[in-house]
Amino acid sequence: MSIRLRELIRAVRQCKTAAEERNVVAKESAALRNAFKEQDTTYRHRNVAKLMYIHMLGHPTHFGQMETLKLIAANEFPEKRIGYLGLMILLDERQEVLMLVTNSLKNDLNSRNQYIVGLALCAMGNICSAEMARDLAPEIERLLQSTNSYIRKKAALCATRVVRKVPEVMESFVERAPTLLTDRHHGVLLCGVTLMMEICDIEPATLDTYRTHVPTLCKILRSLLMSGFAPEHDVGGITDPFLQVKILRLLRLLGKGSADASDQMSDILAQVATNTEANRNAGNAILYEAVQTIMGTESIGGLRVLAINILGRFLANRDNNIRYVALNTLAKVVAVDTQAVQRHRNTVVDCVKDADVSIRRRALELVYALVNEGNIKTLTKELLDYLRISDLEFKPDLTNKICVLVQRYAPDKQWHLDSLLQVLVQAGAYVKEEVCRALVVLITNAPELHAYVARSMYRALKAHQEQAELMLVITATWFLGEYGELLLPGRQGSPLPGEEAVSASSDDLVSLLEAVLSKSKEAAAREYALTALMKLAARVPEQTQRIKATIERQTGSTFLEVQARSCEYSKIFGLEAIRAQLLEHMPPLDESTYSRNLGNPNVVDAAAAGPAQAQQAFANGAATKTDDIADLLSMDVMAGPAAASAGPAPTTSAVDMLNELLAGDLLDLLGGPAAPAPASMPAQDPLGGLFGSQPTTSAPAMDAFGDLMGSPAPQPSFPITTVFEKDGITVTFAFTKPPGQPSVTDIEASYTNASAAPVTDFTLQAAVPKFMQLKLDPATGNALQPNNGPSVTQAIHVNNTMHGQKPLVLRLRIAYSINGQPTLEQVEVKNLPPGL
Amino acid sequence: MAIKFVLLVNKQGQTRLAKYTDQGMSVEERRALEGEIVRKCLARSEKQCSFIEHRNYKVIYRRYASLFFLVGVDGDENELAILELIHCLVETLDRYFSNVCELDLMFNLEMAHFIVDEMLMNGCIVETNKTNVLAPIQLLEKAAA
Repeated sequence: MSIRLRELIRAVRQCKTAAEERNVVAKESAALRNAFKEQDTTYRHRNVAKLMYIHMLGHPTHFGQMETLKLIAANEFPEKRIGYLGLMILLDERQEVLMLVTNSLKNDLNSRNQYIVGLALCAMGNICSAEMARDLAPEIERLLQSTNSYIRKKAALCATRVVRKVPEVMESFVERAPTLLTDRHHGVLLCGVTLMMEICDIEPATLDTYRTHVPTLCKILRSLLMSGFAPEHDVGGITDPFLQVKILRLLRLLGKGSADASDQMSDILAQVATNTEANRNAGNAILYEAVQTIMGTESIGGLRVLAINILGRFLANRDNNIRYVALNTLAKVVAVDTQAVQRHRNTVVDCVKDADVSIRRRALELVYALVNEGNIKTLTKELLDYLRISDLEFKPDLTNKICVLVQRYAPDKQWHLDSLLQVLVQAGAYVKEEVCRALVVLITNAPELHAYVARSMYRALKAHQEQAELMLVITATWFLGEYGELLLPGRQGSPLPGEEAVSASSDDLVSLLEAVLSKSKEAAAREYALTALMKLAARVPEQTQRIKATIERQTGSTFLEVQARSCEYSKIFGLEAIRAQLLEHMPPLDESTYSRNLGNPNVVDAAAAGPAQAQQAFANGAATKTDDIADLLSMDVMAGPAAASAGPAPTTSAVDMLNELLAGDLLDLLGGPAAPAPASMPAQDPLGGLFGSQPTTSAPAMDAFGDLMGSPAPQPSFPITTVFEKDGITVTFAFTKPPGQPSVTDIEASYTNASAAPVTDFTLQAAVPKFMQLKLDPATGNALQPNNGPSVTQAIHVNNTMHGQKPLVLRLRIAYSINGQPTLEQVEVKNLPPGL
Repeated sequence: MAIKFVLLVNKQGQTRLAKYTDQGMSVEERRALEGEIVRKCLARSEKQCSFIEHRNYKVIYRRYASLFFLVGVDGDENELAILELIHCLVETLDRYFSNVCELDLMFNLEMAHFIVDEMLMNGCIVETNKTNVLAPIQLLEKAAA
C-alpha cells in the first residue's frame, strides 16, 4: 500500500536537495504507476491528489491522466470532484485523452445535483477544446436559463470559452447574454457582463445591438453606487467593486465611437468619478477604471477634465501602486489629450527618477510620449541628468530613447550635437551606430559647426580618454580627422557664446590621436585613429613627418586591419602628387537620402567609414598607377611575370596575411572597382560572394562511362574557347591535358588584334582560387599587330588539386594600350569547357 | 483581459499552489517562469509598487507574512482590482482555514484549489462573496462528516 498524501508532502519537505526530492518523487511515481496498473480503486482518489502535488513540484504526471478520467466517471461526489480537479490541472486541451471526457461531462451537465453540474461547468469552462465546445454548446445554453444562480453564473463563464472556441455557435448566446443583466445575483451579473464583453470582442458587430443595454448597465451601476452598506458585497465601504469595474469596462467598449451611448453614460460616469471614496484601494480601482472609460469614450470636455484631475491626484499620491496606474493611464490618454497630460509633466519627470523600476519604466514611456519641439530641451536635460545615475539594466533603453528624441525633435544642429555628445560621454556603450552616422551626416552639412565640432570632440576625447566608450572614441576620432585642423591656433574661429576656449597645438592633437592608436583595446578605434592621422597629415603640414613615422610604425601592428591600412597609407606618402586630393574633406552627405534610408544602415556605411572613401578615391584617382595597386592588393595570387618583378617588397607580408584571412574559395582580390572597399571591414565582407556564380557541376559523365566499359578513359579533347573579346582584341584558349596527369591543364593562350590600330604593352595576368596552382610562361611578345596580324601566344599551366570536385576557374586581368590609350580589363572566365 | 495564472509561493521560492489558465506552457516552462517571477518579487521592497512586468505578463503580487500571492494578467487588466481580488482570496482562505498559514495550504492543497475554482474560471472572476464561495464547500464537508 502506498503512503498517504500527508506523508508524501512531509517526505518532500524533508528533502534537503533537489536530487533528494527527485528521488522521493520518482519512488512515489513508481508506486502510483503500480497502483494504477492494479486498478486499485480504494485509493484512487488519494493517488490522484498525490499526482497533482507531484505536478505542482514540476515532475511528469502524464501516466495518471487516465485515472482522473476514471474518477470523473465515478458516482460519488468526492471522487468526481478530485477527478475534475485533476483533469483541469494535469490535462490541457491539446491532449487527445480529453475527448474521452465529453460524455461524462454531458452526463454531469444534466445531473440533478447542482454541485455536480457546477463541477462539470467549471472543468469545461477551464479546459474544453473546440470539439467539446461544439458538442456541448446546447447544454450550456440551456443551463444559462437555469433557475439556480449557482449554475447560471458558471454557465455564463463557461459560455465565454465556448464562443471563443467555436464562434459559429455565438448567435444564440448573443441574445441570451443580456438577459443575465436582469439577474439579482451579483455573481451572475458579473459573469453576464464578462460574457457580453467576450462576445463584443469576438464579433464587434454586436456592439450596436448591445448599445441598447447601456441604460440597464447604468442603472445597475447607479444602484451599486447608491446602495447603503451591503454586507454581503462590501469591500471597504464600497459595494462590489469587482462588478463596478466590470460594468465600467463594458461601458467603455460600448461608448467607444458612439456619441449617443457616451452621452447616455456620462451622468453615471460623473457620479462614479465624484462619489467614489479614494481612500481605499477598492475605491481607487473603480476610479481608475472610470477614468479609463471617460477617456476611452466620446465624453464631453467637462468629464474629461474631471478624469484628468483624478489622475493628477493619483500621480501625487504617496502610494506607489496608485502612481503606477496613474502613469499607465496617462500613457494611454496622451494621444487623446496631450495638453492635459502636459500639465503633469514635471511630476512625471520626477517619476523617472523613482526608486522603483516598475514606476521608472512607466514614467519613461510617458516622457517619451510627451516630448515635442517645445519641451525637448528641458525634458532631454532631465533625462540626461538621470542617465548619469540610472542603474545598468535601465541604461540601454534610456539611451536609445534619448537618441531617438534628440534626432526627432532637436531644435537646431548645435543642440543636437551637444546632446548626443553628452549621451556618448555618459553611456557610449549603448549608443547605436546609426545614431553616430546620422550625426556625421548632420555635421558635414553644417559648415558653420565644423570648428565647433572639432573643439567639442577634442574636449570630450581629452577629458575621457582613459575610460571612453568605443562609440565616443570613434565618433570623436572621425571628427578630429575630418576637422581637426580647425582647432589649431590661427585657424580656430571664435568660440560660441558660453563655450570654453580650447587651446590645442598641432602636437597636442596628434598626440591625442596617437594615444588612441597605440593604447585603445578596440581594433575599430585604432583603425579610425589611423585614418584620422592620415587625413591630418595632409592638412597640418608641420606634422606630416611625425605622422608618417607613426603610420610606418604601425606596419608591424598585430591588428590586421591596422597593419594593412598603415601599409597602404605609407604607400600614399610616396604619391605626393595625389596625396592631398585623396585626403580631401568629405563632401556634405545628402541628408534627405540619409533620412530616407534611415532604416538601412548599409547605405550610410561609406559616410561613417572614412577609410572607405579614401580607398575609393585612391582607386579612381590613381588609375595610372594601376600596376602598383595591383601589386599591393594581389601580388601573392597574381602570376603575371611583368607585375611580379615590379612589386615593392615591403607590402608582401600584409598581403599574405590578408590572403590568409580570406582563404577558402576566394579567387583573388581583384574584384572589380569595388575590390579595395574590403579595406574598411574585410572580415565582414566576404569576397567569396564575388564567386557566387561558380559552377558546381563537374565529374564528366564520360569518365564514369569509360570505367563501365572496363577500358581506360579516353583522353578527352576540349574545344578551343574564346575567353575575351574587346576593341577587336580576341583571347582564345586551347586546352590539352598531359597524359597521366588529369589534374593538370595546359592552356595555350593566343592573342590577336582585329582592329586597325596597333596594340602595345599587352599583358595578361591570370588568377586562380587557392586550391589551384598557376604558372604563366612569358608571352611571345607584348605588341599585337593590327588587322589580324600574327598572334601572340603564351602558355599557362594550371594544376587543379581538387580535380573532379571543383571545376577550373580563372580570372584574367588584361592590360594594353590602343592608340596610346591605356586600358585595363578584368574578366572572369565562365565558359571553360567542363571536365578540366 | 484575463488572469493567466495564480501562484502562491513562499519566501524560499517554493510553489505552494499554481493555477494556470494559459495552457500554452509546458511544465518546464512554468517552473522556469515561476522561478524568474518569484526572484523578481523577492528582490522588491515593501515600499515599491505591487506590479512587475515580466515577459508579456503583468504580475500583481501581494505578500502575506511568508507567503506571496501572485496573479499574472495580460494586457490591460485593472491592476488595483486584481490586488483587491488577491485580498478577497486571502480572506476567503482565512475564513475557511481560520487563520490560514502555509502549512494549511500545503496539506489541504485540493481544498485550496476548490476555493480558487469557485472564485475564478477561465481567467475571469466568478464570485467574490465569501459566503457564496464557501457555501458549497462547507456544505459538502458537513455531508461527509
